[in-house]
Amino acid sequence: MSKVSVKNLYKIFGEHSNRALKMLQEGKSKEEILQATKSTVGVQNVSFDVNAGETFVLMGLSGSGKSTLLRCINRLIQPTSGQVLIDDEDITTVDEATLRQVRRVKLGMVFQRFALFPHRTVLDNVSYGLEVQGMEKNERLAKATEVLEVVGLKEWENSMPDQLSGGMQQRVGLARALASDPDILLMDEAFSALDPLIRKGMQDELLSLQATLNKTIIFVTHDLDEALKIGDRIALMKDGAIIQIGTPEGILTNPADEYVAKFVEDVDMSKVLTAEGVMKKPDTVVTTKDGPRHALRRMKENGISSIFVVTKDRRLAGLILADDALRAIEEKKETLDDFIIKDTPRVPPEYPLSDLIPLVADSRYPIAVVNEQEKLLGIIVRGSVLAGMVRRGGEAVDS
Amino acid sequence: MIPKIPVGQWVEWLVDWATINLAPIFGVIKIIIKYLVDNLSGAFLFLPPVVFIILFFLLAWYIAGLRVAIGTGVGLFMLHNLDIWEPSMHTLAMVISATIVALFVGIPMGIWTARSNTASRIIMPLLDFMQTMPPFVYLIPAVFFFGIGTVPGLIATVVFAMPPAIRLTGLGIRQVPVELVEAAEAFGSTQYQKLVKVQLPVAMPTIMAGVNQCIMLSLSMVVIAAMIGASGLGKEVLRGIQRLDVSTGFEGGLAIVIIAIILDRITQNLSRKSN
Repeated sequence: MSKVSVKNLYKIFGEHSNRALKMLQEGKSKEEILQATKSTVGVQNVSFDVNAGETFVLMGLSGSGKSTLLRCINRLIQPTSGQVLIDDEDITTVDEATLRQVRRVKLGMVFQRFALFPHRTVLDNVSYGLEVQGMEKNERLAKATEVLEVVGLKEWENSMPDQLSGGMQQRVGLARALASDPDILLMDEAFSALDPLIRKGMQDELLSLQATLNKTIIFVTHDLDEALKIGDRIALMKDGAIIQIGTPEGILTNPADEYVAKFVEDVDMSKVLTAEGVMKKPDTVVTTKDGPRHALRRMKENGISSIFVVTKDRRLAGLILADDALRAIEEKKETLDDFIIKDTPRVPPEYPLSDLIPLVADSRYPIAVVNEQEKLLGIIVRGSVLAGMVRRGGEAVDS
Repeated sequence: MIPKIPVGQWVEWLVDWATINLAPIFGVIKIIIKYLVDNLSGAFLFLPPVVFIILFFLLAWYIAGLRVAIGTGVGLFMLHNLDIWEPSMHTLAMVISATIVALFVGIPMGIWTARSNTASRIIMPLLDFMQTMPPFVYLIPAVFFFGIGTVPGLIATVVFAMPPAIRLTGLGIRQVPVELVEAAEAFGSTQYQKLVKVQLPVAMPTIMAGVNQCIMLSLSMVVIAAMIGASGLGKEVLRGIQRLDVSTGFEGGLAIVIIAIILDRITQNLSRKSN
């Protein structure tokens, strides 16, 4: 079941929004509608689902309607037509009291320019959501203190917001959104106002927080690098519509149209691609039962100087070098056990390419890609990293 | 030739109609204001001047610091020394009463103009009208509605002093950054919580500037109100004019300046404190 589900959502600003909506559905362009009705199309026919625990990024240039779309989800902006389902409840039609309740319990929001209340201390800012719920004072302050500790600002609880740096202020903003322990976090360009270094730190912090909290996050950004880093899935927006939804790799490697391709053109490929993306299928392996002669023959067949050894259930046992296999034959050994090199580098499939490159360069052996059960998923040698980068980069530019 | 449009006649009819038909309402307003100003001036005059000066000195010290407090003490001592203590206390009571009433009506109206564009479109031109109409003109209907004396003078004062309170309250709330309002809403505030916990506190410096303006305008108007029989320092000044008595006129005027400066400094610091 999806946590948040947006169905055929439209938002048109202006007095004649219904007429404009009809024109839009008849296929008229934004400009024609603006001329005829003086109405501006903010969001047009957007549908997507966000699963529980997923980080979903809305990405687009300014004016693409991404912030408007985000505000339709907690109804800070009333959509013109369509549905927004939060836990299967259509938020666009509920009454004021229900809406307030949903906002208090299920939704937390983080703003681009922090939007901290300047007349309240850090602690009172964080406890605001609990306060409007009517929670008793000691209880809410205790809870707010806990959350402040999570974001590492405990000792600043009695400061005023303007005494804090930008990065710290946004941590307070994040703590305020987390205080009522909502399932869903709406983040509107949350890190865009921070300078690059702080921003990177905040992204890392969000990722590590998310690993323990497992919230459903809808994150708006105009920065593709940020989208690729944070998002489990990314929706690319243009002129109020979603052009493509996909995983970061999916969007980079298969841009839906020229606009998306142009967008992703100058992304640093090595940051996005993972070990999984460049590894070779582990077709040529030997098992622990195989003898040295068999191993040597496989190496000769494939023109390689080493081969991975796996157990019966394809767990990685280690690596055999051609020289060692030869020695085993000379010493008349029946198995490879004594010659397996066990400490060759192993990486998980999601290991980023940027970290992989130095590893490949430093290692004398090929690198094994294994999952949590140590099963061998793929093999990476020097050539495959480079080939992977060239291949993907070339595709993105060509299409 | 086009005949003269009888605007004045229309207003006269309106005032006549109101005098007869709205008498009960005016009666209630009169009672409230009379109660307020009588009690205040009674309290001020009940205290021996020395006690009053010390209390005011301490108040000024608490709000605005030692420098303003010393100025306040010296100023109030001057009022006593010039032997115009009693009219000064009347004037102070009138200014405070008028300000209280003006704020009581003006701040809610200001909030209303901030929340409703229709209200704003109707009220703003009315405020322009109220502020540019020469203040003397208010005195005439005030006499019709409330008779002669301190109360009608005070009511004319309230009408004259209210516009900045309305305007600056509305302005202050409209100037609250959109993101703060969105934040308040996004965390599930009710309309009332949003107003009281976010909009009013953030708008407070601007609202306090309105309060300051309101007090200053009240002070200038209570003097004019002496023309329809309001007591206080205005009466002293008016007596100076009628008798061409420079010293009485000047002493009355000086007392007004002293009170104005004291109230201005104190309220200015109040607004700085609320920021």
